[in-house]
Amino acid sequence: MSLLSLHNIHSFYGHIHALKGVSVDVEEGEIVTLIGSNGAGKSTTLRTISGMIHPRQGQVLLDGRDISRMKPHAIVLAGLGHVPEGRGIFPKLTVRENLEMGAFTVNDPEEIDRRMKFGFDMFPRLKERIGQYGGTLSGGEQQMLAIARGLMMNPRLLMLDEPSMGLAPVLVELIFDIIKALNKKGTTILLVEQNALMALSVAHRGYVLQNGEIVVSDTAESLKRNGMVQKAYLGID
Amino acid sequence: MKRFLKSINIRELLRPIGQMILFSLGSTIVLSVIVLLLALILDRTVVGQTLIERLNVSLFTYTLVNLPQVAIDGLTIGFVYAAIALGYTMVYGVLEFINFAHSEIFAVGAFVGVEILIALEKFGILSNASLVMAYIYLILAIVAGMLAAGALAVTVERVAYRPLRHASRLVPLISAIGVSFLLQDVIRLTESLTSGQFNRIMPTFGNFDHRILFGKMAMGATQITLGVSIKSIIVIVSAVLMLVGLNYLVNATRIGKAIRAVAQDHSTASLMGIDVNRIISLTFLVGGMLGGAAGVLYALKFTRIDPFVGFFPGLKAFTAAVLGGIGNMTGALLGGIVLGMLETYAGSFMGVFTMGAAGTEYKDIFAFSILILVLIFRPQGLMGENVAQKA
Ligand SMILES: Nc1ncnc2c1ncn2[C@@H]1O[C@H](COP(=O)(O)OP(=O)(O)OP(=O)(O)O)[C@@H](O)[C@H]1O
Ligand SMILES: [Mg+2]
Repeated sequence: MSLLSLHNIHSFYGHIHALKGVSVDVEEGEIVTLIGSNGAGKSTTLRTISGMIHPRQGQVLLDGRDISRMKPHAIVLAGLGHVPEGRGIFPKLTVRENLEMGAFTVNDPEEIDRRMKFGFDMFPRLKERIGQYGGTLSGGEQQMLAIARGLMMNPRLLMLDEPSMGLAPVLVELIFDIIKALNKKGTTILLVEQNALMALSVAHRGYVLQNGEIVVSDTAESLKRNGMVQKAYLGID
Repeated sequence: MKRFLKSINIRELLRPIGQMILFSLGSTIVLSVIVLLLALILDRTVVGQTLIERLNVSLFTYTLVNLPQVAIDGLTIGFVYAAIALGYTMVYGVLEFINFAHSEIFAVGAFVGVEILIALEKFGILSNASLVMAYIYLILAIVAGMLAAGALAVTVERVAYRPLRHASRLVPLISAIGVSFLLQDVIRLTESLTSGQFNRIMPTFGNFDHRILFGKMAMGATQITLGVSIKSIIVIVSAVLMLVGLNYLVNATRIGKAIRAVAQDHSTASLMGIDVNRIISLTFLVGGMLGGAAGVLYALKFTRIDPFVGFFPGLKAFTAAVLGGIGNMTGALLGGIVLGMLETYAGSFMGVFTMGAAGTEYKDIFAFSILILVLIFRPQGLMGENVAQKA
């Protein structure tokens, strides 16, 4: 049984039919990436999984349990973490409080401290800014905070929506290293990225979304060699 | 136990007390200086002469002698406004919506508290009560008013606001106004069916009407006693305790952090595992409880209540919340104190200053002029940030 599987999902924004029968499977221990151009429906897929929008048709199974009608907070409790597009930093909570919010479902203060330390080791910059309001951080710092906060949840399945957005190249490298390291430690990852080449270099498998439909799905290696993918997403003619 | 004591955040207990002292002293000093200056000026005019003829006292002395009592009265009503204003501001914080039914939630709190005391009086319990028991009964009435108002606020949100959460902004507002009228009539109906009267009087018991005297001051030929009534002390102390408790809840607990997170961003808060609807209910519960307690305290101070008792205090507390910066809790405290002080000063001195032309009955002009002026010139209030930024 897959850790996560989407069966024929149809999601709407009012009358806009954003996902038209999307099916995706993510196995325990995998890194899976969703690629596609702007407006293809990548973020919508993640939002549907985390319960921010409910599909009009289809099922989302986490561990075989249908979560498509559940509220986001209940899905978080079921072990799913979502670092949303646009970061979602609480502007008037400090860096520390933002991180603590990430561990809202954790009751053990020592465990929270441990995870926070892990985040600070990864992004020392955040530690320097610990008492500063989230809203006053730079864009890149906010992105670091969003990722560190996602890690505070220590989810079984972590969904990252464009984690490299707005980060300097060194930090992009760092993020992808972190993704690999997390995955080695057992976290399953569903990754949405504009940077398809980077995404395919860390992922095991990938799906290509176009206008709300999956058009190709394959191993990352094969996708990198797929002519259509090369042309449309890797900038290779 | 030790760990528990260690985990108490002393700073968050002291900070609001500091703010209250600062706001109270600040507004007392500013307003006192203003009225004294006015008195000095008016002393040279026909206003001063008239007073000398009438009471054989200069306007300045008259003002000075009355100031302590006015300040205490102003503070008392100011803290009541602050407690109500917090209900408006907390709900605005999490929903960006003004709960116009809050004034009736306040009224229901007042009625529940007063009815309990009236019932106790009927059974002769109040008149035979020892001083300790009198306080216990009063606390009982306040707690009952809080619980009833809190439960009502949660119910109103669940029934009348939540289904409209995604409608355009005007829709829940209209619903709130509807709920407000509905509750007024429910109180009226209940009272006419049970007691047959709309006006209810807070029973007199305990030593609440006594005044603690500080001394006497000569004012012309007459002597004025300086003192503070036990009632006022009870109102101020209860309000201070509640405000400190609320501040602690919001700023120093895990639940409070969740409230603040929800206030900033519902969908991200839910991605943190926070049940947003529960936090919203909790906000209404806490705001309603504060309003209910304020209702009972208001009844204690002003004695008579009727089904429309919530209207003016509610509107003024709303003004206070806007004055302080709606959505900002410290602002609600500041706004409540400033507004209570301002209207009490105005109400007490306008009469003599205008030789009786415009007396106490016009004091509301000040509150509502402030509302209009703030909305025009500083819509974000004294302590709020730009509202546009939030929207
Ligand atoms: N809140 C919304 N209301 C209406 N339409 C929306 C909303 N959010 C997204 N859409 C539409 O749904 C479609 C899919 O959007 P989505 O955000 O999932 O794209 P995406 O693949 O994440 O794109 P990008 O790479 O630009 O982030 C788009 O056509 C978009 O215009
Ligand atoms: Mg997107």
